[in-house]
Amino acid sequence: MNEHQQTLLEFMQQQADKLAVQTMQHIGLTFISLFFAVLVGLPLGIIIARKRKLSGTVLGFAGILQTIPSIALLGFMIPLLGIGPKPAIVALLLYALLPIIRNTYTGITGIDAAVKEAAMAMGMSKWQILIKVELPLAMPVILAGIRTATVINVGVATLASFIAAGGLGEFIFGGISLNNTNMILAGAIPAALLAIIFDFLLSLVQKLNFRKLKRSSYALPVVLLLLSSFYFIPTAYGSKLTAGFTPEFMGRQDGNLGLESKYGLKIHTIVISDAVMYKAAYEKELDVISGYSTDGRLKAYGLVVLNDDKGIFPPYYAAPIVRDDALKKFPELEKTLNLLSGKINDSVMTDLNYRTDYLHQSPERVAKDFLVNHKLFKPARKSNEENIVRIGSKIFGEQYILANMYSMLIKGYTNYDVSTKTGLGGTKICFDALTNDQIDFYPEYTGTGLLAILQASAKTINEVTKNKDSTYNYVQREFKKQYQISWLKPIGFNNAYALMMREQQAKSLNIKTISNLKRYLNSK
Amino acid sequence: MIKVKDISKRFGKVKAVDTISFEVQEQENLILLGTSGCGKTTTLKMLNRLIEPTSGSIFINGKNITDEQPETLRRGIGYVLQNNGLFPHYTVAENIAIVPQLLKWDKKKISDRTAELMEKLHLSSDYLHVYPNELSGGQQQRIGLARALISDPPVLLMDEPFGALDNVTRAAIHKEFKALDELKRKTIIMVTHDVQEAFELGDRICLMDQGKIVQSGTPADLLFKPTNKFVKDFLKDQRLQLEFKAMRLLDIWNLLPNHHKETHTSPLSAHTDLWTALEHFKFTDSETVCISKDKNELKTVGFEQLMSAFNQYKNKQGHE
Ligand SMILES: Nc1ncnc2c1ncn2[C@@H]1O[C@H](COP(=O)(O)OP(=O)(O)O)[C@@H](O)[C@H]1O
Ligand SMILES: [Mg+2]
Repeated sequence: MNEHQQTLLEFMQQQADKLAVQTMQHIGLTFISLFFAVLVGLPLGIIIARKRKLSGTVLGFAGILQTIPSIALLGFMIPLLGIGPKPAIVALLLYALLPIIRNTYTGITGIDAAVKEAAMAMGMSKWQILIKVELPLAMPVILAGIRTATVINVGVATLASFIAAGGLGEFIFGGISLNNTNMILAGAIPAALLAIIFDFLLSLVQKLNFRKLKRSSYALPVVLLLLSSFYFIPTAYGSKLTAGFTPEFMGRQDGNLGLESKYGLKIHTIVISDAVMYKAAYEKELDVISGYSTDGRLKAYGLVVLNDDKGIFPPYYAAPIVRDDALKKFPELEKTLNLLSGKINDSVMTDLNYRTDYLHQSPERVAKDFLVNHKLFKPARKSNEENIVRIGSKIFGEQYILANMYSMLIKGYTNYDVSTKTGLGGTKICFDALTNDQIDFYPEYTGTGLLAILQASAKTINEVTKNKDSTYNYVQREFKKQYQISWLKPIGFNNAYALMMREQQAKSLNIKTISNLKRYLNSK
Repeated sequence: MIKVKDISKRFGKVKAVDTISFEVQEQENLILLGTSGCGKTTTLKMLNRLIEPTSGSIFINGKNITDEQPETLRRGIGYVLQNNGLFPHYTVAENIAIVPQLLKWDKKKISDRTAELMEKLHLSSDYLHVYPNELSGGQQQRIGLARALISDPPVLLMDEPFGALDNVTRAAIHKEFKALDELKRKTIIMVTHDVQEAFELGDRICLMDQGKIVQSGTPADLLFKPTNKFVKDFLKDQRLQLEFKAMRLLDIWNLLPNHHKETHTSPLSAHTDLWTALEHFKFTDSETVCISKDKNELKTVGFEQLMSAFNQYKNKQGHE
């Protein structure tokens, strides 16, 4: 880390193009979904204001929609609508629905009964009453609902990046996985600003008096459509194949950046979360994805790894990393954790992952089966409550399996008690938990240590990634020096980044290596 | 002109209106009088189909009102409510122009007619472009009246139109109401719970209780020929004043002494009510008042002579 530390401003300048595209996409997503939410919510609100018996059901249902965690809602959308903007817009729409329906309903039912009666008594039809009396009088309340929905949508739209719909979430979540604060802020600050600006602008509209409101209510749909169209501006793009890369992969030297600089690979790329990427490749929504070479879904979805013939993906050998003071506190720990060393190679790990990810066996069962088969399993001993080893893991299956194996080993071979904190998000969260004494150890990968945590210079990376031992030695030395953290012996498998394609497609296009892929893309 | 036949309205178990019938002649002022909850509003709203009766039928000019589109029917009937129901998002001018807009009048016709009404209702044209909430209660009520009158509908329905006003404003509006030529041409059905108002403005009164009409007739009928104790009790509190208002000088003409003396003041018509004649003594200092019947018969009487004729008249009624 002897390089000049990049400032936020420098980062934003350097990434100005991406920032502009993401901001436009963000605004576009927010307002397309808002537009449709108004289109659906306003009539629904009017209907339940007319038939009040329905109001409980409709408002209750919209309320339940809002309590579904955003990620889960996005997840539900994928089987129905695939990936990309469609499911994101639908999910955002569903979130925006409640405030719009509810405010339309309260706005209309709150109108002075005498005014409605007078309107009727003068011979206005139901439709005329709606257009000339109810909607104008309810408008300030309806606008308040739209304002709430807008702010919600700006926030939730950050999650659109999980399903390849773009937006500022690409920077935010890319930054979190890359441990890059500038990147996080470059996404988070504009997102917050958007929320504040739109909230402020809508508060101005809300305060307009009736006369001005009448005029501006014609302008509103136009503005909405205009803002919505932002989303489509940057996506005019044509390519034979479509790649889906995780936000993390997009920003890494040993990821998309390396693919561009070393292979000169240019492919139409969308950003997508790891959780849905494999399935999307299987369903032919994507052709090339960035995955992990030991991922169980590789086997489940019939994908093949493309050979990294220019060696841009550094080795990612897994090993437990432990805080030095924990090693002292638990003298038995190192020996116990090393029981696993050399026991799991790539294909074994892929198979274990396949069982959890695809066969949906519990990580605990998969871990136990493995230990029993390799005669490593011992029943839990009586534990000594005061010495609790805290195990961490990142939020994916392989880490859960390893954490379970370690837990069983510690219980079987020592008198320590164990607590597991699994699902600690990405690298940054896990590593921070370790340095802040929230956990004692977790399984990490040499490549991640080198690139994401140590953020080594390009020169160092070039030097030490030539083979797996030099990488391991380098991170072991630096972690000791910088963080007082020890790398124990590698477990055996190399969970490196890899590009993968559907086996069938790769075969028919005769693509075996990344260079093959590039040649195919360049051919007319 | 309006014929209501055996109409009833139930709200669930509540019989809001129970088989009532009445008729209103052209240009007549009929008052629906009764305590709160007796079914007056419900009755009124059935006339312009804001409420549909459970049974019975209503005819206007011989035509069953259910034969017409409710919207068309309503555009031909003026409606004034207690809480005026002005559109808060419309200016005064826009509020008044609602029905003409629905009837697709041209702009010139609307603005001419609006100006005419504003003048008749003593409203300054400065108010045309303000919003209702900037006006006083009395002014709002007049705008409500203007809105109902603009298309000059032959029938006017009024639900406690002056109920929200203070006493002073109300008295002033009553006076204007009686003087307004627009209203003289109209068949009016007005709802009120205020006995005085009913006697002051009504040609005939329907006294209602628990969804039924207890008695209907002229103010004098109700006072001097009550059909039962309910009617008597209902009018008890303000009886004397009501009697003075209900009785015209003509009714006691024969009981007044045949005496005439020339004065400078112009004579009162024999169609004047007794109350006004008595007020004459209060506002002018003279001890006598001159009354004329059919332009040529004149009588000059004092306060005592008026009171004695009144008492004789009442005694006679009592013995009938
Ligand atoms: N929409 C309604 N639903 C149920 N009951 C009603 C409704 N409107 C009026 N009522 C009942 O009908 C009765 C007569 O009401 P209303 O005609 O408003 O009386 P008034 O105008 O004489 O005060 C009252 O008991 C009232 O509670
Ligand atoms: Mg009423």
